[in-house]
Amino acid sequence: MATLSLRNLVKTYGKTEVLHGISLDVADGEFVVFVGPSGCGKSTTLRMIAGLEDVSGGEVRIGDKVVNHLEPKDRDIAMVFQNYAIYPHLTVRKNIGFGLRTAKTPKAEKEKRIEEVAAILSMTDYLDRRPAQLSGGQRQRVAIGRAMVRDPAVFLFDEPLSNLDAQLRAQMRLEIKKLHQRVGTTIVFVTHDQVEAMTMADRIVIMKDGHIQQVGTPAQVYHQPANTFVAQFIGAPSMNMLPGQVVSGGISVAGRHIARDPCGATGALTVGIRPDDLRVTEGRQGSFEGRVTVLEPLGAETLAYVDIGGQEVVAHADGRKPPALGALVSLAVDPANLHLFGPDGMALA
Amino acid sequence: MSDIRASSAALMRSGRTAKGPRDPWSVLRWTLLALGAIAMVMPIVYMLSASIKYPFEMYDLNIIPKEPTFENYTYVLSDGRFLRWFGNSLLIATLTTVSAVFFDALVGYALCKFRFRGRTVVFVAILSTLMIPTEMLVIPWYLMSKSFGWLDSYWGIMFPGMMTAFGTFLMKQFFETVPDDFLEAARIDGLNEFQIWWSVALPLVAPALSALAIFVFLGNWTAFLWPLIVTSSSELYTLPVGLTTFSVEQAVEWELIMTGAALATIPTLVVFLVFQRFIIRGVAMAGLKG
Repeated sequence: MATLSLRNLVKTYGKTEVLHGISLDVADGEFVVFVGPSGCGKSTTLRMIAGLEDVSGGEVRIGDKVVNHLEPKDRDIAMVFQNYAIYPHLTVRKNIGFGLRTAKTPKAEKEKRIEEVAAILSMTDYLDRRPAQLSGGQRQRVAIGRAMVRDPAVFLFDEPLSNLDAQLRAQMRLEIKKLHQRVGTTIVFVTHDQVEAMTMADRIVIMKDGHIQQVGTPAQVYHQPANTFVAQFIGAPSMNMLPGQVVSGGISVAGRHIARDPCGATGALTVGIRPDDLRVTEGRQGSFEGRVTVLEPLGAETLAYVDIGGQEVVAHADGRKPPALGALVSLAVDPANLHLFGPDGMALA
Repeated sequence: MSDIRASSAALMRSGRTAKGPRDPWSVLRWTLLALGAIAMVMPIVYMLSASIKYPFEMYDLNIIPKEPTFENYTYVLSDGRFLRWFGNSLLIATLTTVSAVFFDALVGYALCKFRFRGRTVVFVAILSTLMIPTEMLVIPWYLMSKSFGWLDSYWGIMFPGMMTAFGTFLMKQFFETVPDDFLEAARIDGLNEFQIWWSVALPLVAPALSALAIFVFLGNWTAFLWPLIVTSSSELYTLPVGLTTFSVEQAVEWELIMTGAALATIPTLVVFLVFQRFIIRGVAMAGLKG
């Protein structure tokens, strides 16, 4: 186990800079998830940590050692790839033990560690099979086993669950989290799926266009997003964003006056409302009124898309008594749950 | 269900499928295919037939000889020259195949997976040699052999085929299908670049290696022009060159040439059967993915 530290990490391809000074400290044993849309630089950052990409500027430190110029094999890391990268011509046993073979580990020790890892991953019965005879989830376990067997200081995961179906992905998510609780190794996990990030991370790093947008616990990035990008990227469905105006004694949104401290803002601002903070209510006591345009039943709840004064918002409704399509409904929100953003998109404290 | 059974039974009674032999296009297709097959197979059948004929029957077109004999085989196999040429061909084709497969895969991998200055120029230069016919290449090959002192030697016969432009191109294309993740995983696991190529990349392109091995072996086993030019002593002749010596000024001993040719097909069949299995297995492996 070890700490990981990134200092002003820069990556350029020719004259194009794709990472613009990433700085982050990962504590020993911490599970950090990098999340962001395609092209945001999260995988590039991970590959620079792994040593698979040159560092154009800045510093990567694992433990107390700067590793910028070390070969991947000398960084004491292990990596799990998106397409597993397990060798199809080798058995599960040989795949898991591959890194030990190159490290010239004694045979008895090697066998012991392979058996231990296979037991942890419930793969003992499959050790003599080839990858083609395994399911997607089992292949992913082999890939994780190959990383685990080397007992690295830092585990790196590059979108390892993207190739799995939804059910298996949820199961593997849980297994990786349990694995982390059991082995306690520092993990850096890259994904574009915010659900994965929220469910697994101790801390989430949200990236966009080569910049870190926010670093925080899942609760922090959900409840206190630093800007409109984070607010809309985290949470499904996305946060409703409505243009607002500071007025005397509160804020005017969609033609309604809401009594809420504007946090020092004057003039125009953007008001964010999480769909789960916006409830379809009976009667006309709500903050907004509008017509239901689309319904998405989820079982316990139904997502109602409601047109309020020409703007469509998503709200939660009771799954047992959803509103009718086209019905005029009232939407209630607690003013304390509104997120306010200034004209520059940054959150207002 | 009963309708399906009834119509199937009707088709079986009529002895044809819905688009059976009475479909005019089908008849045409099968006829063309049969003609093509006959055109391919007849020379081989004639070769085998001629190899068991006496000289007096050689110019008869009958496939089954009136008086079949295996004397030609006894004669050819007891002739020390034939075995020597056979051995020469086997040695040269095997060494050339091993060398070509090794170097073509090595160069193809480097051109595919490494980024270096001049990579495209090197690749285009290698590819451009594919456009030049062998008949033109033999002159520089001969001059090179002469200056290296390789005329009339095994090295002289082998060196042009020990690395091939076609093989390099083929392997480069196949390495394109190997995801970089495999190589990067091996890099993290501590393998050096040669080990990555040998232990990870090569097994993943085994079907291509098998195909290349077949092409190179067959090409060298049947090579005639260059071995004829570079060799002068009969001990170094390869089989195709040696067989021509059965043609003397007064007569052509066709029965012996055909017998030698029939024997010469054996290694090519063995090579094809052995490596074809790898190709099929490779395809099957890829099919199981997912």
